[in-house]
Amino acid sequence: MELLERFAAGDLEAFEALFRQHQKEVYSWIVRIVRDSGIAEDLTVETFWRIHKYRARFDPAGNFRAWARRIATNAAFDHLRKARRETELPEDLAGPGAADPAVRRETREQIKRAFFHLPAKYRLVATLALVEEEPYNKIAEAVGISAGLVKMRVYRAVRILRKQLNSLGVEAGAR
Amino acid sequence: MNDEENNKEIKELLKQAIAPARHAELQRDLWPQMLRKLEEQPAAMSAVPWFDWALAAILGAVLVFFPSSIPALLYHL
Repeated sequence: MELLERFAAGDLEAFEALFRQHQKEVYSWIVRIVRDSGIAEDLTVETFWRIHKYRARFDPAGNFRAWARRIATNAAFDHLRKARRETELPEDLAGPGAADPAVRRETREQIKRAFFHLPAKYRLVATLALVEEEPYNKIAEAVGISAGLVKMRVYRAVRILRKQLNSLGVEAGAR
Repeated sequence: MNDEENNKEIKELLKQAIAPARHAELQRDLWPQMLRKLEEQPAAMSAVPWFDWALAAILGAVLVFFPSSIPALLYHL
């Protein structure tokens, strides 16, 4: 029996094999959305817990990677919704020097704050499309909506951000 | 300003403030944590949803308080 069939039938060893094959990729996708390594680790485990829980719904002929990414996106989205008013946007993961050092700290904080206050559904697509530069069709598949709707949400996110940044006196290219 | 220019401008601002995390890598194996979660929450995998219990409770109450409804229920089964 193939690995995916064994997994769908509830074989724990098959699940472990899939976990080990895909944990890095799932983590990497989630951390791009939530931007916190600790939370991303917890959400990776949560994602695989959901994968295990709903294994009977998985078609072994289907694409496990895409299915896992969709579940990971849902888990990350649930987190964004809950965390929106509870925590600050985490510091950048890419280490010092990654963000433009010429941009004043205060300006960066204002931009981050405005970004953090975006509604979760807009922040999700804006992070993936504008910060991570993922293609719209990949985001659409992961979120479970059309590419047109992704584009629309990015447009709305940009509009909200622009309005908030203008009210804070932040202009493009501000340094 | 058109949508593309608008996007580009905001994108530039975001990138100045928030660095992409696409190269962030998992630093440890999460399987032990996964196993612990599976051990802690195994019942949830076969748990009956709360609304099923609620429906069963309502049906039980109807049968207790309105026993005359039993024939009607049996007829519809």
